[in-house]
Amino acid sequence: MCAAITARQAGASVLVIEHAPKYLRGGNSRHTRNLRAMHSGPVETLVGAYDEEEYWRDLLFVTKGKTNEHLARIAIRGSIDAIPWLVRLGCRFQPSLTGTLSLSRTNLFFLGGGKAHLNVLYAAAQRLGVELIYDSEVREMPIENGRVREIRFSHRGFPATVKAKSYIAAAGGFQANIDWLKANWGARADNFCIRGTEYARGRVLRNLMDQGVATEGDPSGCHAVAIDARSPRFDGGIVTRLDCIPFSIVVNREAKRFYDEGEDFWPKRYAIWGKLVADQPDQMAWSIFDAKSLGLFMPSVFPAIEAPTLAGLAGKLGLDAEALTTTVAEYNAAVRPGSFDPTIHDDCATHGLALPKTHWARRIDQPPFYAYPLRPGITFTYMGVKVDENAAVHLGNGRPLDNLFATGEIMSGNILGEGYLAGFGMTIGTVFGRIAGRGAARHANQ
Amino acid sequence: MPINDLLTEIEAEAARQLAICNACRYCEGLCAVFPALQRRTLFESGDIGQLANLCHNCKGCYHACQFIPPHAFAVNLPQILSEARFESYAAYAWPRPLGRLFENNGVVVSLIAALGVAALLIGVGLAHAPADLFAARTGPGAFYQVIPWGLMAGLAGGVTLFAVLAMTIGAFRFWRHTGEGGPATAGAVRPAALAAGDILTLHNLGGGGRGCNDKDEGFSTLRRRLHHFMFYGFMLCFASTTVAWIYDHFLGLVAPYPFFSAPVLLGTTGGIGMMIGTGGLLWLKFVTDQAPTARRLLGADVALLLLLFLVAATGLLLLCLRETPAMALLLAVHLGFVLALFLLLPYSKFVHGLYRSLALLRDRRERAASLHAHSKG
Repeated sequence: MCAAITARQAGASVLVIEHAPKYLRGGNSRHTRNLRAMHSGPVETLVGAYDEEEYWRDLLFVTKGKTNEHLARIAIRGSIDAIPWLVRLGCRFQPSLTGTLSLSRTNLFFLGGGKAHLNVLYAAAQRLGVELIYDSEVREMPIENGRVREIRFSHRGFPATVKAKSYIAAAGGFQANIDWLKANWGARADNFCIRGTEYARGRVLRNLMDQGVATEGDPSGCHAVAIDARSPRFDGGIVTRLDCIPFSIVVNREAKRFYDEGEDFWPKRYAIWGKLVADQPDQMAWSIFDAKSLGLFMPSVFPAIEAPTLAGLAGKLGLDAEALTTTVAEYNAAVRPGSFDPTIHDDCATHGLALPKTHWARRIDQPPFYAYPLRPGITFTYMGVKVDENAAVHLGNGRPLDNLFATGEIMSGNILGEGYLAGFGMTIGTVFGRIAGRGAARHANQ
Repeated sequence: MPINDLLTEIEAEAARQLAICNACRYCEGLCAVFPALQRRTLFESGDIGQLANLCHNCKGCYHACQFIPPHAFAVNLPQILSEARFESYAAYAWPRPLGRLFENNGVVVSLIAALGVAALLIGVGLAHAPADLFAARTGPGAFYQVIPWGLMAGLAGGVTLFAVLAMTIGAFRFWRHTGEGGPATAGAVRPAALAAGDILTLHNLGGGGRGCNDKDEGFSTLRRRLHHFMFYGFMLCFASTTVAWIYDHFLGLVAPYPFFSAPVLLGTTGGIGMMIGTGGLLWLKFVTDQAPTARRLLGADVALLLLLFLVAATGLLLLCLRETPAMALLLAVHLGFVLALFLLLPYSKFVHGLYRSLALLRDRRERAASLHAHSKG
């Protein structure tokens, strides 16, 4: 949408083809809540300062170097100008939400969340004269002589074609395409939940790849976290996330632990748990804790499963009662006394277990006992089309296409090759959306 | 989040949805409801009463929500809180059996309005010979030749006193119910002043500064402005009546008053404001996206708006035609609507103003206590 508005502001006439119906428009942006912005002093609701180097170091840390510094710095620097531009369009911000105080310096929160933010942008686009059609899936973008010739799409089920001077691909990743996920994950993908839009099926990405467009990012990589197993298949969003793992033990179907739950602070570890659970039988796991730990983490959409005894809890979860009580007894016996403190790497750890819990380990002995069932939840996929600093899409021969630009999750793998930095997806989408919009309009106006 | 077994069906559904909101929190900056729900750890009946009456029905959260139907989570907070609010009006009503008047409230309001007008018309008709009824009257005391002063004052006073009594008891019931198990409250003067500000500016109809979703997913402050027209219009009419009472009692000036007199100027301005406000709000009711509204409550909303509109319209018409032979009938019709309005004060959507104000006061007191706790901690 940032691309469409920018292109229109630059004088182009713009048509947006949206796969989803109106109320689900805007892809995964609907589920976002903030944008990570560089700033040299307090701006809007941001406090303090967050300079380019710190931002870059944060990105380098989470991606473990799987990034393109040139493009990353463009996104980082572009986040400064994006704020007044968004404000002029009518976007408003709110102080960082309760429980996210750690982000108040780095992340600008959208008033009312991502969907409200999108509503402002769509209203602005319509005011400026951008045309929008919904329920329309782009199927093919035939490439000839280094240019996209036309777009073939289905409009409410009927085939249609549109020709334009330039094109912008903002069609997202392929995480909602289960068959594609299966190619990388096998049958395990049948047990994955997709946290965001079910329209991210990668049709445009696949079509471009089939025509020799270059890609960036790990083809099998996806951002996967452990979410509540009772979540809907798609679109569970933020409310299905669970923050209880560091204060619990996590067991699989055999009621056995499989990873150190207290390895590090939760924000630094939560993105590894999707893969960990995906590797367990049936892609299921259960986070088990007792009355002491209830209330230490953000509430989520489903209540914890509760029972007065561990055996009773095992019965409710469909686990072997003896196996679970044995696992908990072994764990409890290994817990060493310490002073529990969730805000630091405390000294509550187990001793003598083959698989230790290194922090926040307390005995699970105070009824009632609680459990959350876990399943992998896929946030987004990493692989996308290769772009340059003009957001122009590149062919496999290293040359940019004349009239095709890209923004959003379909190209964010250029910059975010691994991990995630809160609010950075929206930064990439906004900054590269504006670059793509400018490039497309420039090309169209030539 | 545990849900109390003692909740009504509507309250339980509201609690289910609020638990989802509590896990999301994206709407925190939109209005007072979201911070208030986050101060609560589980939702009891009184909490739902408080949150439902705190909600100004701006629909901002519906249009911001990722989980609206047909999503499996089916969050539609404006709708369920409207229903919970309406249910609470009946529960707080005094005498309790009259709380039933909130069922099919549109019909009830229309009937009582019609009866009010009919009673006055018949009364006036019986009291005067036909020729006498259509005689043009002017000068001081003209109104009281149609309806004797004693009757008019007695009826108005009696009905008003009853309404005040009923609403006071309702207020106590609301206050007791919403205080049960809710978060700590603190302060008196400062929270009251802040709440008065919230009430008089409709701060919570601001969508956190960007405007509400009056019609659709676009943003506007139209509803807030129309409500101001209606509210301040009503207040000017109230002031007009009060000034007229002072004129009559203390200054010996007898109605009708000339156009350029305080009561008539206040009443005229107020009446026009009420007509703009109620007319505009009625129009919004019908053009707005119906999905986040509670359809079965539309009757009650429309009935009260229409009644207020008619009170204002007949008042202005009476002003225009008071020196013609139509005066007697118009006076009867106007006072009929006024009588109905005052009879209905405790049993129509009018009570929202009372409970909303108290909810805002409680909210400010909760915020003061939570600030206090934080500054201590």
